[in-house]
Amino acid sequence: MSIDMNQFHGVFFDESEEHLVEMEEVLMTLSVESPNPEDLNCIFRAAHSIKGGSGIFGFDALTGLTHVMESLLDQARKGQTHLTTPIVNTLLTTGDLLRAILNSYRNKEDIDWAAIEAGTQALNAVIDDNKSAQNNEENEQGFGFFTPIDSSEVNENVDFGLFDENEFSKDVIDDEVKSTPSNESNGFGFFEPLESVCDQGIRTPVLSEHDAVIQDDLDSTKTKPSNTVKSNSKKTVVKESNSLRVDTQKIDSLVNLVGELVITQSMLKLASEDVFGHGTEKLQEALEILDRNVRQAQETAMSMRMLPMSFVFNRFPRVVRDLAAKLDKEVELVIEGSSAEIDKSLIEKLVDPLTHLVRNSIDHGIELPAKRLAAGKPQVGKVTLKAEQGGGSILISIVDDGAGLDKQKILEKAKQNGIETHDKMPDSDIWKLIFAAGFSTATEVTDLSGRGVGMDVVKQNIESIGGQVEIESELGKGSRFIIRLPLTLAILDGICVSVGDQVFIIPLTQIVESIQPVSNQIKTLVNEQMLWIRDAYWPILPLYEYMNIQGAESDPTQAIVVLITTANKRFGLLVDGLVGQQQVVIKSLEHHYKPVPGVAGATIMGDGSVAFILDVESLASTVNQPSVDIEVKIA
Amino acid sequence: MNPHILIVDDSPSIRQMVEMTLKSGDYQVTAAEDGQAALELCQQHQYQFVLTDQNMPKMDGITLVKSLRGIDSYKRTPIIILTTEASDSMKSQGREAGATGWMVKPFDPNKLLQVTAKVLG
Repeated sequence: MSIDMNQFHGVFFDESEEHLVEMEEVLMTLSVESPNPEDLNCIFRAAHSIKGGSGIFGFDALTGLTHVMESLLDQARKGQTHLTTPIVNTLLTTGDLLRAILNSYRNKEDIDWAAIEAGTQALNAVIDDNKSAQNNEENEQGFGFFTPIDSSEVNENVDFGLFDENEFSKDVIDDEVKSTPSNESNGFGFFEPLESVCDQGIRTPVLSEHDAVIQDDLDSTKTKPSNTVKSNSKKTVVKESNSLRVDTQKIDSLVNLVGELVITQSMLKLASEDVFGHGTEKLQEALEILDRNVRQAQETAMSMRMLPMSFVFNRFPRVVRDLAAKLDKEVELVIEGSSAEIDKSLIEKLVDPLTHLVRNSIDHGIELPAKRLAAGKPQVGKVTLKAEQGGGSILISIVDDGAGLDKQKILEKAKQNGIETHDKMPDSDIWKLIFAAGFSTATEVTDLSGRGVGMDVVKQNIESIGGQVEIESELGKGSRFIIRLPLTLAILDGICVSVGDQVFIIPLTQIVESIQPVSNQIKTLVNEQMLWIRDAYWPILPLYEYMNIQGAESDPTQAIVVLITTANKRFGLLVDGLVGQQQVVIKSLEHHYKPVPGVAGATIMGDGSVAFILDVESLASTVNQPSVDIEVKIA
Repeated sequence: MNPHILIVDDSPSIRQMVEMTLKSGDYQVTAAEDGQAALELCQQHQYQFVLTDQNMPKMDGITLVKSLRGIDSYKRTPIIILTTEASDSMKSQGREAGATGWMVKPFDPNKLLQVTAKVLG
């Protein structure tokens, strides 16, 4: 018999990572003066579990460190040690170290034993300090695996345990055991004579019918080769937890397949239109059911990829705490909407830009306590991280009540960098200047936010996942950074529109409505055609002009205007007609061809032809939005 | 029929490891992730051997042992507590609760099979 321990490593890494996250979370919220016993138990269990697992799987670097950590936590939960902020800090640093070791093991890199030694010493120093302060003898207890027990205990154990009997140690226990007759060193023992217990245990199995069924279940699964973890009996999986760990690649390939299924389904639908005669009705009926099922399958598959925003947000209490301490600032972090869900692939790419923005808010936004007091603000600055879901997108905002952006400074800096500016620039355009490469208004570059990675990278990162960043700011009051992201990157609901002989797809979430205007709704303002509807003027953007397509309808009253809103603009897109609504699988054009302005990607239609998905944001950037003043005057 | 063993541990990796080890010894295995889930299982099924971790959320190993000993059909079923500390206080607690024995983590899979074989006679 040999069990390949490697097969459990992945699970161990994942669960340890979770324990570390949990440990950090609890440590961050722990009240140092009067800690909640359950909190202490929770951190203790986390350290304990990592220690247990690492011991079994041979990750010794983790075992040693978690052992010392566990001892400290055990004292704390037993009330033998009183937590102090330095102890919590040391525990947090130890958590970081454990994470680093875990990653080293995961990536099969060399272990930094020096760092572990330093970490162990730091922990021991805290324990020793505490020991001398409290002079508590019971501290010893937490450390020993095999603490010698008093003589009466030993005798009792000899009576109860079987390990001292020669026969047993010969049969069962390895050599090392034979030489040490004491129970403790065997690593296991029995409290009562075995025979009676075992005999009873096995001879009196009271099996119910239900039980028999389950045992059959187990038997049947056992007959299959069970080399992998996945072949655990179904019963076990259901009972032990309602969730299942699955490789992301498997889910991705499922999502892809369902996407292809959507295409096949629309091919079938198209083909069925050419079928006549007997059975057509039945075919149509079946196709409708297929349509519904495929759509549900798609929704389910997509939902598997969704994770709550807390996966991103949970790291920030620590980031804020460390940064504020480093900068001698006082910052309170408020997190809202962490249950809003977002595609896993987006989460991974969101961490860096969000971290940068939060660091920025604290470094450049929140003022020093004295300065805040002088400005009549509360001494403690506030940074709010908020996620909200709306339609097909998610809004993430980072709000601070700090100094706000300085218009003059930004304009000066822009001029220095040779960026074109003019005095009448609206605020929103001025704020956007900070996204230019190499832009930093901080007079001193700190080692925190000014590390060569500027806001331009933040913007690029967010745009690379189909998102946008907007800024609102008021000098002296604070700033708000808003990130708007699609919920998923793989599939979108769209309206198919025709222009000339081409079909384009407009994301449904950005469409307000589609109308055929009457002539008195069309006005010409400053040489541009505008549509008066919904008590506002909508600039008209003829898609045939933008895409340079011949033979399209150019008279708005004979065509269709699709009203579209984007993050900060609205416009009407002039197209020939509406073809239908469809869910499309997005294929990146950049991957397969090259970026095309105005086009977000392509998709394969039911008839096998390729249609472009419009990038309405980039279309919007070519439109001149009538400013509010003009509207009011005309209205 | 091969003996049916219930393993109780909150750590998925250890649970899997113990489960695979015991299955390789041709035992039937069911796993639970804490004492409470284990107790619920035991109220419905009869296992021939319960192997439980001590430190778990919701219900720890000692409490599980105490509760199981209160069920008629589990009065004499062997129960071993897996623990990282085999201190005398832990042992006296285990004995008082009515556990059959203890086994220190980390352990070698082979040793686990040997102990299981011995416990099940």
